[in-house]
Amino acid sequence: MANITASVYTSHVPAIGVAIDQGRTQEPYWQPLFQGYEFSRMWMQDNTPDVIFLVYNDHATAFSLDIIPTFAIGCAAEFKPADEGWGPRPVPVVKGHPQLAAHIAQSVIQQDFDLTIVNRMEVDHGLTVPLSLMCGQPQQWPCAVIPFAVNVVQYPVPSGRRCFELGRAIRRAIESFDLPLKVQIWGTGGMSHQLQGARAGLINKEFDNLFLDKLIADPEAAAMIPHIDYVREAGSEGIELVMWLIARGAMSDVKSGSDVVGGQPPKVVHRFYHVPASNTAVGHLILENK
Amino acid sequence: MALDKPYLDIPGTTIFDAEQSRMGYHLNQFCVSLMKPENRERFRAYERAYLDEWPMTEAQKQAVLDRDLNRCIQLGGNIYFLARIGATDGKSFQQMAGSMTGMTEEEYRNMMLHGGRSVEGNRYLGEDGDAQPQHQPQGSAGKQGKAGKK
Repeated sequence: MANITASVYTSHVPAIGVAIDQGRTQEPYWQPLFQGYEFSRMWMQDNTPDVIFLVYNDHATAFSLDIIPTFAIGCAAEFKPADEGWGPRPVPVVKGHPQLAAHIAQSVIQQDFDLTIVNRMEVDHGLTVPLSLMCGQPQQWPCAVIPFAVNVVQYPVPSGRRCFELGRAIRRAIESFDLPLKVQIWGTGGMSHQLQGARAGLINKEFDNLFLDKLIADPEAAAMIPHIDYVREAGSEGIELVMWLIARGAMSDVKSGSDVVGGQPPKVVHRFYHVPASNTAVGHLILENK
Repeated sequence: MALDKPYLDIPGTTIFDAEQSRMGYHLNQFCVSLMKPENRERFRAYERAYLDEWPMTEAQKQAVLDRDLNRCIQLGGNIYFLARIGATDGKSFQQMAGSMTGMTEEEYRNMMLHGGRSVEGNRYLGEDGDAQPQHQPQGSAGKQGKAGKK
């Protein structure tokens, strides 16, 4: 049986990718940020999973306004880094896990979440920046990755509650897969940021840190935060934080199906917060299932 | 019954909802076309002619030519799509976001280095924060404007 060993949460700012690709991580502006991920890269080497289920959002790259899926699961064998206008990032092609992805798609749809199945897709910084932050600059990514894209571009995006429930369904799907795979689930995006209008540059450290506290200790309460609170308190793009709830909902302390009590709370192995990366507050957590 | 839009009272913020998206469909799809290098070259060579290939409104075309991102957003553009124009111009996300505040690049960068814009006074229209309509443009541009009025 496959199982979820840990969840990872991180912002996915494009400028972080640029800093890595151009070898600028030790510049004074960037050094404090990358220092916060040094532990994470070592942890990743010691805890390399077989598959990462990577929840992210596409930024008008694979999905234009022609088709806007709320939840899309990448079932292909590989996913190429996209040209987002500055040329493709010089990072390895992402290798998928079609067998597990297809299994998850079938199981989760049977649990009443209408996923869009994607068999051909390029991936943008939303997916590749978290991989770079956690894995550095390898020739090949250390494991397979299942991209899971959530619409947070066109309102209304899915509610935190629904994302949390979806996480539960994904956990049930993974735990019903017959091969003994170690799977990590990552939630990316956020934290507070706004990229538009006269309110551009908004950062709310208090909201962000309360969100981190709540996500760790009382995820059910975090899942009840309404859209408008994210937008008003954390900026129009802060709404990306709903994606973190998918990963959190998949952890073993969250009650799921016949598992009425839920397991032990996860172990917080790393927590980091930094302002700014370009326009954005960067938050990062690693939670291990006990 | 009207749709629930609880986000209309936030200053300096346009939520890209289904209505904005409908209005901005061709504007945003024009932006998507700039993901191809050959299209970026054609657009750079003759912007007006390239824009005329798209069934956009005249106001949308003018906003693109002016690189007025606030106006583009008002007319249905979304920042992730509009970023393709910035990329074509060699601009970063920070330069693009900053351009919408009226601040210079340096002023905006300094604001971010000092912890970003505070949410205080910027939650609801009618408060007195720096993102409120009565305080635009921000930075030295705003100060010059006020000095000019005296």
